[in-house]
Amino acid sequence: MDSHTVAAQTAETGHIEHTHDHPAFLRHHFESVPQQREAATFGMWLFLLTEIMFFGGLFCAYLIFRNWYYPAFVAGSHTLHIWAGTLNTTLLIISSFTMAMAVHAAETRVRKALMGWMIATIILGCGFLCVKAYEWHDEWVEHHVPGLNFSPVSFLHPTKDYPDDVLSLDMAEKTQVYYSLYFAMTGMHALHMIIGVSLLTILLIQAYGGKYVEGHVAPIENFGLYWHFVDIVWIFLFPLLYLISRHQ
Amino acid sequence: MDQHQGQHQEHHLHMPHGPSEPTHHEEHIVSPKIYLLIGTALLILTATTTAVSYIDLGAFNAVVALAIACTKMTLVVLFFMHVKYGSGLTKLTVAAGFLTFCVLIMMTMTDYVSRAWGRW
Repeated sequence: MDSHTVAAQTAETGHIEHTHDHPAFLRHHFESVPQQREAATFGMWLFLLTEIMFFGGLFCAYLIFRNWYYPAFVAGSHTLHIWAGTLNTTLLIISSFTMAMAVHAAETRVRKALMGWMIATIILGCGFLCVKAYEWHDEWVEHHVPGLNFSPVSFLHPTKDYPDDVLSLDMAEKTQVYYSLYFAMTGMHALHMIIGVSLLTILLIQAYGGKYVEGHVAPIENFGLYWHFVDIVWIFLFPLLYLISRHQ
Repeated sequence: MDQHQGQHQEHHLHMPHGPSEPTHHEEHIVSPKIYLLIGTALLILTATTTAVSYIDLGAFNAVVALAIACTKMTLVVLFFMHVKYGSGLTKLTVAAGFLTFCVLIMMTMTDYVSRAWGRW
């Protein structure tokens, strides 16, 4: 049924007759599946823009405070494990690839491939969270968690790897600003990952039931957009938190 | 209606994914080869950024790291997020959002740089 037929029919009878030549997932208020899919993509991008503004505020705060308390941010950054950050970046990038392949499987309508790529994405996402949990535990043990068990002692004496990292007591206290932003940013990012893995599990169960391989790609595609967005946030968190202060 | 159905089926034969959910600007299924290529490029860039962080470049460590991050973001947005193959509406939305973000960061920074001007 093309748009002219619909318009003519609507003019004659006041409503659109259901001739059942459209798929069940096409909603009433859309004229065609392409229109519905484009509207969904547009809506998803608008949501992602609000997310960019949300994380953008945190990045902006990081930039400003890093300039204010530069020695504290450098010393704080030195306590992170660079191997953990690199491993997590690798896991997330591979998971973005598997998610892109899941979208491809939905578009080409191969149910087993769709489920396989989704499971791979879930496993990689959980792997990321495990490494993150290990790092957070490490920071807890080192007394680097502001407000809960923070102690500036480790910044008052030279360390094995960074003998120059000796701060005044005043500046050592300011490492709490670094750790506050670190936990806020990685914490919000991890929350997005947990939400992502949960949503993906639901989509996986639905795909097991035969959904999303009958032409209804939009939910998988939009979830993919969300997942790639979370990946992009980490692509910026990684250099800012782990890398740029190594030689300062 | 019969003729219409006929067209529908013929249409179906030419498109592997069927006619049910293409986009207005012509559906484009990105090939797995491109995904693999972009994924590999992203992994190489990750290795590069970690390797460069071990070299002392002074202030340029941050510049190089952020330049690589921006490159990675561009690759993800264009290919994994399909913006390169997206409709004009999608491209405009992404560009407008990015521009707004840059304006907000710039304005905040000009404020922080200039607020105490002449008082240090």
